[in-house]
Amino acid sequence: MAEIIVVTSGKGGVGKTTSSAAIGTGLALKGFKTVLIDFDVGLRNLDLIMGCERRVVYDFVNVINKEATLNQALIRDKRTENLYILPASQTRDKDALSIDGVEAVLNELAESFDYIVCDSPAGIEKGAQLALYFADTAIVVTNPEVSSVRDSDRILGVLQSKSRKAEQGETVKEHLLLTRYNPGRVEAGEMLGVEDVKEILAIPLLGVIPESEAVLKASNQGVPVIMDADSDAGQAYDDAIARFLGEDREHRFLNAERKGFLSRVFGRKS
Amino acid sequence: MGILSYFRSKKQTSASVAKERLQVLVAYERSQRTQPDYLPQMQQEILAVIAKYVDVSTNDIQINLDEDCSILELNVTLPEKS
Repeated sequence: MAEIIVVTSGKGGVGKTTSSAAIGTGLALKGFKTVLIDFDVGLRNLDLIMGCERRVVYDFVNVINKEATLNQALIRDKRTENLYILPASQTRDKDALSIDGVEAVLNELAESFDYIVCDSPAGIEKGAQLALYFADTAIVVTNPEVSSVRDSDRILGVLQSKSRKAEQGETVKEHLLLTRYNPGRVEAGEMLGVEDVKEILAIPLLGVIPESEAVLKASNQGVPVIMDADSDAGQAYDDAIARFLGEDREHRFLNAERKGFLSRVFGRKS
Repeated sequence: MGILSYFRSKKQTSASVAKERLQVLVAYERSQRTQPDYLPQMQQEILAVIAKYVDVSTNDIQINLDEDCSILELNVTLPEKS
């Protein structure tokens, strides 16, 4: 039976798609048969981040409407074995996804996949609710910034009341993924720290992804950033996947780059 | 950083302001989330009844319902006798 993971945040632009791509790729690299589903109907972007935008023929909505079979719509990743992508439709019809349609597709995928990673659209409206409705596990992507933290808390409220698990009296497993983290600014008191966000949202921390040039570079090239094993962000995602799978790894990239001796001595006083 | 931040540190940092604002806001929004839908209207109606007899305003009434709906707590601040 497949585990359904939703990557969600409430707020837009915090790194949901970047994280979905990295998480899906990371799980596949560990040998799990994984499918990435783009739930952002109308604005399809996961295919671009995964570098398969020119191979999209059929999409999620085509499968729901039975205009194509699942096998026709699934794109097999060329770099990573065991990884498939189900792209979003670019239709302007906001009601293109139905709860029954989504359930049927997820059930069919669950027969042959280990992990189903759902990349949620921003907001807390229908699209985002559909993306999280069937989830067993939620990865809440948050930036250390007030509006993102607030929206994450709101999406946690939706997970706890409007998901299928909640309706059945169970709970969706929640993980915090803190992205675009800048340790230097945290130390200077200009950015919420990881402990602050953890304290406010009160959910377990899966990982901290540092603000990194590697992320833009990776998206420029259509390669998930986790493939860039030399980069800080790539390593941080790799750690997060290991933790997700139960490994105990220490959090890295929480401290600013080494400074000179003098500034370290004086810097500590603040 | 360094010496400069030593002097600056007496003032509250913007991050700690952010944290305080979030803590207040998130606590409030969570309490709103868990209350049943009928609570605001019930509050209005109870207030209307009280207002028939005493001079109170919306801000003077507070209703809390604990999570499993077993205790209804009603606080009404009555005006001081003048």
